Order: sequence, then C-alpha cells, then structure tokens
Amino acid sequence: MENLPLLVPLVIFVPALGAIINFFFGARLEEKWSGYIGCFASIFAFIISLLLLTWVTGTNGAAAVVNPPFLDGWLRIESIDLEITWQMRVDSLSVTMMLVVTGVGSLIHLYARGYMHGDKWYPRFFAYLNMFLAFMLTLVTANNFLMLFVGWEGVGLCSFLLIGFWWDKKAPEGWKNSNAARKAFIVNRIGDFGLLMAMFLIFWTFGTLDFYKAGELPNTEAKYLVHWREHNGLLEHHEEADTEAADDGHGAKVECVPADAHADDEAHADDSHAEDDGHGEAAAHAAPNPLAGDIRALYCDNHRFDTDLLGVFGQTTERFGMGEVVDFGGFEMAFEDVIFLIALFMLLGVTGKSAQIPLFVWLPDAMAGPTPVSALIHAATMVTAGVYLMVRSNVFLWELNHAGYVLGLIITLVGAGTAIVAGYIALGQWDIKRVLAYSTISQLGFMVAAVGIGAYVAAMFHLVTHAFFKALLFLGSGSVIHGVEHGHHHVHEHSHGDDHHHEEFDPQDMRNMGGLRKRMPITYITYLIGTLGLAGIFPFAGFWSKDEILADAWYEGLVANTASGFIAFAVLLAAAAFTAFYMWRQVVLVFFDKPRSEAAEQAPESNGAMLLPLIILAIFTCIIGFINVPKATPIFDGIYHPYEFKHFLEHSLVSISRGHALDFNLLIAGIALALGIASIMVAHRVYKGKGLASDNRDQLETQAPARGLFKLANARLYWDEAYTAVIEAPFNRLASFLADRIDWDFLHDYFHDRIIKRGFDSIAELLSKPIDLGIVDGTVNGVGIFVQRAADWMRRSQTGYVRLYAVVLFIGVVVVILLMLTPFIQTLLQSGS
Amino acid sequence: MDVTGLSLTTITLFLPIIGLAILLFMNGETHKGSLKWVAFATSIVTFVASVLMWINFDPSSADLQMVQRNTWAEVTLGESVINVSYFVGVDGISMLLVLLTTFIMPIAILGSFGSHIFEERGREKLYYIFLMLLEWSMIGVFVVHDLIIFYVFWEVTLVPMYFLIGIWGSEDRIYAAVKFFLYTMAGSILMLIAILYVGNRSGTFSTYSAGGDIGVIERVQTFDGDGTYWDALGPEGDGEDAGFLLNSVESFLFLGFLVAFAIKVPIFPFHSWLPDAHVQAPTAGSVILAGVLLKMGTYGIVRFNLNLFPEATVAWAPTIAFLGVVGIIYGAWVSYAQDNVKKLVAYSSVSHLGFVVVGIFALNAQGLQGATLQMVNHGISTGGLFLIVGMLYERWHTKEMTGYGGVWKVMPLFGAISLVISLSSMGLPGLNGFIGEFTILLGSLGSDYLGFAFTLFATLGVILAAVYLLKMFQHVFMGELKNPLSNEEGYTLTWYEKAAYIPIIIMIFWMGLQPIVFFNLLDVSVDNIVAMFVR
Repeated sequence: MENLPLLVPLVIFVPALGAIINFFFGARLEEKWSGYIGCFASIFAFIISLLLLTWVTGTNGAAAVVNPPFLDGWLRIESIDLEITWQMRVDSLSVTMMLVVTGVGSLIHLYARGYMHGDKWYPRFFAYLNMFLAFMLTLVTANNFLMLFVGWEGVGLCSFLLIGFWWDKKAPEGWKNSNAARKAFIVNRIGDFGLLMAMFLIFWTFGTLDFYKAGELPNTEAKYLVHWREHNGLLEHHEEADTEAADDGHGAKVECVPADAHADDEAHADDSHAEDDGHGEAAAHAAPNPLAGDIRALYCDNHRFDTDLLGVFGQTTERFGMGEVVDFGGFEMAFEDVIFLIALFMLLGVTGKSAQIPLFVWLPDAMAGPTPVSALIHAATMVTAGVYLMVRSNVFLWELNHAGYVLGLIITLVGAGTAIVAGYIALGQWDIKRVLAYSTISQLGFMVAAVGIGAYVAAMFHLVTHAFFKALLFLGSGSVIHGVEHGHHHVHEHSHGDDHHHEEFDPQDMRNMGGLRKRMPITYITYLIGTLGLAGIFPFAGFWSKDEILADAWYEGLVANTASGFIAFAVLLAAAAFTAFYMWRQVVLVFFDKPRSEAAEQAPESNGAMLLPLIILAIFTCIIGFINVPKATPIFDGIYHPYEFKHFLEHSLVSISRGHALDFNLLIAGIALALGIASIMVAHRVYKGKGLASDNRDQLETQAPARGLFKLANARLYWDEAYTAVIEAPFNRLASFLADRIDWDFLHDYFHDRIIKRGFDSIAELLSKPIDLGIVDGTVNGVGIFVQRAADWMRRSQTGYVRLYAVVLFIGVVVVILLMLTPFIQTLLQSGS
Repeated sequence: MDVTGLSLTTITLFLPIIGLAILLFMNGETHKGSLKWVAFATSIVTFVASVLMWINFDPSSADLQMVQRNTWAEVTLGESVINVSYFVGVDGISMLLVLLTTFIMPIAILGSFGSHIFEERGREKLYYIFLMLLEWSMIGVFVVHDLIIFYVFWEVTLVPMYFLIGIWGSEDRIYAAVKFFLYTMAGSILMLIAILYVGNRSGTFSTYSAGGDIGVIERVQTFDGDGTYWDALGPEGDGEDAGFLLNSVESFLFLGFLVAFAIKVPIFPFHSWLPDAHVQAPTAGSVILAGVLLKMGTYGIVRFNLNLFPEATVAWAPTIAFLGVVGIIYGAWVSYAQDNVKKLVAYSSVSHLGFVVVGIFALNAQGLQGATLQMVNHGISTGGLFLIVGMLYERWHTKEMTGYGGVWKVMPLFGAISLVISLSSMGLPGLNGFIGEFTILLGSLGSDYLGFAFTLFATLGVILAAVYLLKMFQHVFMGELKNPLSNEEGYTLTWYEKAAYIPIIIMIFWMGLQPIVFFNLLDVSVDNIVAMFVR
C-alpha cells in the first residue's frame, strides 16, 4: 500500500510495451490478439491509476515523486547545475488526469476493436493508440516541464500519425487525410514554440524545471498533506531503490512534514476557513505572499528550506512581489514581468494544443482520423493537455492576476472568444463529426475561460465531465457513421448489384441521415444522454460542471467586479445556449423524422463491442457530475459530500484556497438550465418534423436574417480561408522567392558565377596574357612540350586527367605520411637500440 | 598501450591508412568483391579503436589525453625558432567528434554496398581508397593540436571529397566538385596566413602546452600585459584602445580563421557551394559531408577561434550568432521551397548548423555543450536522411519529390525508419535532435553576449523544421503509390541497408533518452573554454 507510487512508471511502460509488441509483431498476430494486447495495456494502466487513487485518498492527499527505473537522470550538465531528470509525480491532479486518460482510453480501446475490425492496419492502429497513451501519461505524470514537453510533443506525433492513419485512401481523400495530419502537427508546433520559450525563461529564472521538489508541499494550506515516504517510514527503502538520486546529489536530506493525527477533521475546518478567505475579497488580494511563512513552519527540519531548492512553483510563491530583478546575462527583467512573459508564451502553447483562437484551425480537420481517435485524442484527452498545463501552473496565473497583470483577462478573452466562435460555427455544419469538433473547441474554450477567471477546480471539473460525454458523443457518432456506411453497402449489394451507381456518398453528412432512432435504439439513447450532458441539462454531468464555471464567472464579474469575470459570464452563457441548440439540431437531424437516404433506411445497429463502451460512458455521463456537487445544493448535498473533487484537488493546487467553490446558486443554475432548455425547444421547433428545406438546405436558410448567419457559420467564418490568404500563401511565396530568386539566382548563379568566377577568370587572364605569354612563356615552352607529351601519354591510358591527379595526389600523400612518421621511426629505432 | 610508444590516438588515426595500403595492393578487377569488405573492416576496426579511446578517456580530467608529441621540424624565422610538431591527443570535444567520424564511416560504406554507380563509373578500388583517405584526414583534423599539421589535414580532406564528387557524382559533378574545392580553398588560404602569423608571434604552432613547450592557448590566457596578447606586441603594438571589430590584430586573425570555418560549416551567406556538392555527391559522399565534414568548421571555431582569440570572440559573438540565426530561418525557409529531396536535406543542414553556431557564440556551458552535442546529432540524423535519399534514388532513380508518393505503403519498415530519422532531425523531444537544440537555445537565452531576440528567432526554427521535413515526408512516403517499381523485390531492404540504419536508430534513442553520458564527456573540456568568457 505504502509503496504504491512506485508503480507509477508502469502506466507509461505497459502501454509503451503494448505499442512495441503491436508495432513489431502485430503483422504476425491474429487481429483479435492485437486488440487484446492494446486493450490489456490500457486497462492495466487504468488499474494502476485506480490503485494510485486509493493511495492518494488513503494518505489524505499525499504527493509522491518517483524516478522511473532504467532512466538514470536525463539532461545533466554538472558544471552549471543543470539537472533535469525523468521524474514522475503522483498527486491528486496527476491522478485525476491519469484516471480520465486511462479510463476513457480503455473504453475507447474496447470500442476500437469493433470499429476498426477488418482494417488492414489493425495492429498498427493499436500500436499508435497505445503509444498515444504512453505519451499522454508521460505528459500528465511529469514532474518537470521538460518531461511534460516530451509527452506534449509525443501526443502531437501520435495525433499526426492517427489523423493521417488512412493516408493511403484513394486520390483526393487520402491526400486530404495526410494534409490534415500535417496541418495538425505544424499548428501544434507553433504552440510548442511558445512552450519552449516559456521553458527557457523558467530555467533561467528558477534554475530548475521541476514543478515541486521531492518533499515539497504544493499547497501548504491543505494541512493534511504529508510527504508519503516520511509518512510511511520508507525513507531507507527508497534510498536503496535509488529513486532519489537527484536529491542525494544535492546533499540535501528529504525533510519530513508532520503527519497530522486528525488530518481529516482539520482539513475540513480549513476548507471552510479557506472559503471564507475567498469571499472576504480584499483581504486575500492585499497580501502578496500569504504562504511564505507557513512553509517554514511546516517543515520540521529546514536545511533544505532554501528558496533555490524549491521547485518552480514554490519559488514563485516565495519570490513573487519582492521587487526582484532577474538577470539573464544579456538582459534584465523584473521577476513579475518574467512570470508574465512565461505565462503568455505558455498560453500560446495552450492555444495550440487545446485548439483555442488563434490556433484552433487544426482540430476540425483532424476529424479525418478514425472516429475512436477523434474521441480519445481530439475530444477527451490530448486537447485538454493545455488546460491541465495551466491548472498545473496555477501559481503563475494566480500570482499575476493578483498583482494586477491583465493575464487573466487575456486568457478569459481567448477562452470565451473561442467558446462563442466555435459554438457559432457548429450551428452551421453538416458533417456529424465536424459539429462535435467545433463543439469540443467551444467546450475547451469554457475550460480556458474558467482558468482565466481563476476557477481552476471548475476547469478541471469540466475537463473530467467533458471527457466522458464528448467521448460518448464521438463514439456514438462513430456508431452512426458505421451504421450508415453499412446501410450504404447493403443498399448497393441488393438494389444495384453491380455498381453503376458511383456518385459520392458521404456517410458523415447529416443530410443523409434521419430517423435512425428506430434503426439504432441503443446508439440513440446513449447519444441523447450525451447531448443532454453536453447541453448542461439537470442532472447530467455537464449541468454541474458548466454551472460551476458560470457561477464562478458570475461571482468574479458581479461580486468581485472584474472585467474578465463579467465577460466570461455573459459570453459563456451565450455559448451555452448555442451548445444546446446545435446539439439538438444534430439529434433531430440524425435520429428523428424520416430517413433521408436509402443508406439511413438500412442502417443496422452496431455490434456489442461498440455498444458496451457507449452504455458505460452514458452511465458515467449520468453520475460523474456528482463528484463535485456544490455546498447547499438542495437535496443533493445531503446525499453526496459537497465539493469532493475540490477537496481532492486542493492538495495539488496552491491557489485553490482562495475560494472558487461557491455555494450552490439557484439563480445561476436556474438561468443556465432555463436557457439550455429554451434553446433545445427552439431547435426542436425549427427542425422537428420538417427535415431539410428544399434543395437540401437547412431550415435556418429559409428565412432572411437566419440565412446569412447560417451561411456564415457554414463557411466557418472564412477563418481557414483568411489564414490561407494571410499566412500560408505569403509564406509559400516568400519561400519560393528566397529559394529561387535570392538563393539560387542571386547567391548561387549571379554571385558565384558572375562575381567570384568571372573575377577569378579575369585575374587569371590578366596574369596569363601580358605577363605569362610575354615573359614567362618563352622559357617555359620547353617544359610545356614535355608536359603535353606526358599528358598525351596519360590520356592514352584511358582514364585521363583524373588518373593523373590521383597519382600525383598519392605521391604527395605518401610523402606527407612518411614525413610525419619520421619521428616515430626515429623513436622506434632509438628504443630498439 | 605504450608498448610501441604510440598513443591510442595515433593508432586510431593511422588505422585507415593501413586499410588504404591494403587496398592499394589489391587488384581492382580480380579482387573486386572484397574491396568493400576491406574498407568496411578497416572502418570497423577504427571504430573499435576509437571506442577503446573512449573507454580509456577520463572525463574528469581537463588535460588532453592519449597525447603524443614529436617535434617534426624546426623553422627558423628571424631570431625565433618555431617548432612544428606531430601533436595529437583528445579532450572531450575531440573525443566525441572522433567517435562521430568513426561511427559514420562504416555506415557510409554500408550505404555504398549495393550502389549502382560502380556499374556506371567503375573504379571501385579508387573509391574505397578515397574513403579511407577521407577518414584518416578527418580524424586528423579532430585530434591534432599543431596548427601547421592541422592545416595539412584540413586541406587533405578536400582532395578525396573532390574526387568522390567529381568521379562518382551526378550530372553536374565537375561543376560541383570544382566549386566545392575553390570555395573551401579560398577560405583556407586566409587561415594559413593567420596560422603563420600566430606561429611567428608565439614561437610555436602547438595550441596546447606539452613537454615544457608552452602552447599558444596558455600564452594567450596567461598574458597579463596591457591590451591583449595579440595586440600588445604585434606590429601595431600599442595595445591601447583596441576596438576589436576591425581595428585590432586579433580581430583580423580571428576572421582569418573564421572565414575558413564559416565556409565549411557553412554559415550564411557562405553556403552557396553546399547544395551543389550535396546534390551531386554520391550517397556516401553526402553522408560523410553532412555527417562529419561540416562539423570540422564548427569544431575549428570552438577549438581555435574561441581559445586563441577570446577578446575578438566576445566582440564578434553577436554578429556571428546573428548570422547563425539568419541561417536557421533562411536555411529552413529555402529548404521548404525545394522540390528536390536531396537539396531539401542539404539546405536543412544550413538551418541545423545555424543552431550550432548560435550555441557556440552563446559562450556559456549550455550553449557550447549543446552545440557540440548538436554537431553529433546533426551528423547522425542528417547522415541518416541522406542515406534515405540515397536508397530512394537507387530504387526510383529520381531526386524530385513529385516522382515519389506512397513509399510507406510498399516499404513499411523503411517508412517507419524514415519517420524516426525525420523526427529526430526536427527535434522531437525524447530523440537526439531535441537535446542539442534545447540546450543550445537554453544557453542562448542566458548568454551574457546574446539576448532575448536571438532565442526568440532561433526557436522559430523549430517550427520551420517541422514544416519542411513534414513536406518531404508527406510527399515521399504518404499518399498513393505513384510509381510502382517494375521489380517488386526492390521493396525489401537488403541486409546491409538494414544494418546501416540499426546503429543510427540506436543512437537516436540513446542520445535522446540518456544524453547524460555524452554531456559527461564534454563537461570539463567545455568548462575549460567557457571559463574564459565568464563575466
């Protein structure tokens, strides 16, 4: 039990092993075995994550730092104390992410067994999926920015491979797939650039990239934190295992933190206290460094209490607001400004990975990948990495917001802007997956905006619930597509026999669907649950998490009076209304009314392997929201512990104690719910029973003001076109200009041939004609004749000048070698005699 | 090891010459089949010898190791007698680059095993002789510490490469070979002048001290008169107010060396010979050119410019680093516009070596260690890329990207290998390329001599690397198979092709996951240099 954190490397190694097996031996395995291996690796990682969860809860929120075996150190330059190790972190935040990744991941693996059945690259698919899991878990378990970055880029790579998984399809489609893959990778790289810059700044500011050092407390106000090794008396054992080489290297002992006898009770007392702080407005704002003293008090032995020996976040808490100036050698900057810069660069990384404005354009195209990939990578897990990163770095954001930097506003604008823009675009899409893709972008916007207003728990909460219902929706859409595709084949086989019927049929186009409710009842029910979850309808998951974001925004905006809170509240409320509308539009178009194509008429329900994950996810969508029921919720707070998730997370989040776990606010919940239901009713009136308007148009296109709005949404606000015109085309033009005009025509041809070579030639001519011919020539004529004859002779030996050069060269080389060897020969002779 | 009085360095250095001698006595026609084996075996033995050196190498020592020094000639110039000596030995930087050389060589030879060029051009014996000569001279460049001998080796490397391009290259081989030769020669002449001045001024050509003879570096570092060592007693000898950009002796000497090295690296805008040489060279030539030859330039900068002319280095650092940054972006951008696969990879070298230049002139431990490691990384990954291009060419006989497509479909293993090497080249973390780039960029941000803008623009290169490499990967390996081979056997990799990739892939992962081994090797040696620049 005490040793459980030592298992954490397995969550990476086992999926990695699964990937390796499937990659190298997959071709020789039967299809089902490939699938088993992939699923087993994922489920195994899930079980480990569950064990780690029991450890974290069992120790009342301890945090462990584990160095994986085999990888001793990583990037170490001794002379300058640069030391970055492979080091993993088990705390409530990372365990939350692990559970989401492996839990939803396992279900998607199971689903993929059915979905990918018969694909010729079945083993490769599972290899990629497992590789993705390994990288994603590297990302969430990392204890330093660099290891996080390994996962960060690694999942990007897997995303590239999986988006372009079907790159070998027939002409236009295959190429489109690989284009989408390339676009995703490159856009993400732009974000990664930001993260790299952030890391460089972090290193020179803090001298380390570790989040927290071993034994360090993230949140000192959550009193019942203990260092797990000390707590369990495992110090000796651990040193034997040599998992803490890093610390030993510094000669610093790992200090203990007193394990509190009545940890649980105190914690609860503290919580209410913390909440009071949050409500008490100015008090918390005024003190720049409220925690500084407490850390000292909590360490029973403070040798290591040297700011330099703290991790990045601990140092931030200590050093922020002290008027410190950071010297980078070439330039200097105030500590606070550096943190601001770091956070801005980090935000760029987040906009890439989590598909926010301005870098969200890759995600809709990423739907080219197989549907399980869309569910796992592009909805539930990878795209949330940015939100995770910001929540992990909440110290930066929190300190900056309280020092009056506009960072919170910027993040909120990005998030809320993305939420509303993507929500609007989703209204006008026909592709069933594209609607979900824009919906994902929009929901990620909710999370980012939540981070912007400082509601980190709400962001994480929405991340968790969203993972379930969005995975459910994607898998459901996969089931629908699968069904329609099969229906299409069915129609072909029976009615047409040979295929003289070769018009394009898009199984993802909602215009070809309709009436699937009766053909695919289980898919329908689960999809409906997912829709209600996403739309935020009571009592499904989305209701609780979205409500918490809105309540926090409301509090920030109208009580604490910040611009970011006000913007977030207003914009997110509108985006929530959009969400309900486009989801209901989708449900009606896909499942209600009459089938609009033969394929939809014939669509069969999917097989059990695909339905089982849908059912499980649907169940979770119903109940997962209860993990963080607010205090004072009528009825529910009597049944569930209020704020269980918040209490769980607070061990990892420094800034949590500030509040943001408000009592249930009936007004906000009522407004949000009423708006959601109203949106659904409007959508129902617009679409139900009407099908499509004439010419396969949307019902919205029949009336004047809505028509324009729909068309604009349908054209995706011309965002991609604008990027092509403003960025891509000039980039390509400039590339050709540099390559053809500057490098080739000018540097290569003109500069070399005209200037250098002609200059050389004219000097040679000058030397040869007046000087050489006039004076030297006569005397050398004789020699010339000799050389001529020698050359003739050489040429006769068929290889010509090259041979001559070679021979001359060799003589030269031999002479040089002999000359160089003379001293040895001399020494040899001397030592011999 | 000291039985014969020869140090391990000398043995490693001259092993290729033994192979060369054996080849010389073989008959090119009757022994045709065994020529490549002799060359391959020699390169393997040399590699083993260099690994032995590595084992014997003590990374905690700041001194040159496995040293051998014999006076070769005494030149009398006026009143002073100047020693020219055979002076070899390795420090961490040399050690790593010797290992790179001996590592790349067998791979390059394996890469020519199945080559069709001999059917067309013949002269297989000469080809391998040149490869051996090349290996000898390249190792020589990395291990000698006498300026004159260094110059000799430096020039000798030109010759075999000139012929490799000129005889076994593609259509425009003569143009490319002559251009390669002329450009590099032009640079080295300036270096020769500078070398002669240095020798004359210090009374020795040895850079390091050994056997009572005080080397140039020590003289420079221990000089405590007015001004700098070079300017204090030089012809303009007032030593005062040396501005170090263009009005000091040291600056001119610095530039004399730098131009030679800059052409070799090549630093923008001296790169114009590179695309020609790469595109025309045979596969092994490209692999060695990218893998090792270019590093001679960056190595030279580290070894000579930084050590001999510290003040001028400081004065020029921002300028040269600026050229490095321009190279990173320019090289990547131009690379992206190429439709010729080989040219694309060639220009990528300009971009990658830009990173090395920035790292060197960051003049701190991160930058310099990263730069040295990046030399090795670039050697491995770009060497690998040229190998890929070579194997594609052997099968499809085109270098135009439009001639390919869907290769991954028919050659799954080759596709996967190419992907890994491309990713390594674009600096995916966990693979080798990232470690070098990361450390360099880290160094550039905290450098006393550079600043934020350098890091910002250099880091943009990371994005651009993905842009051009993915363009190549997508066009060659993804999409539909455009030109199926008539002979399906071509789709399987031969054993020697696989064998060439195995060490590359191993190194890519090893250096990416455990670079600590290599950093250890460099630590003290780099520290020695950096100590001069600590403010």
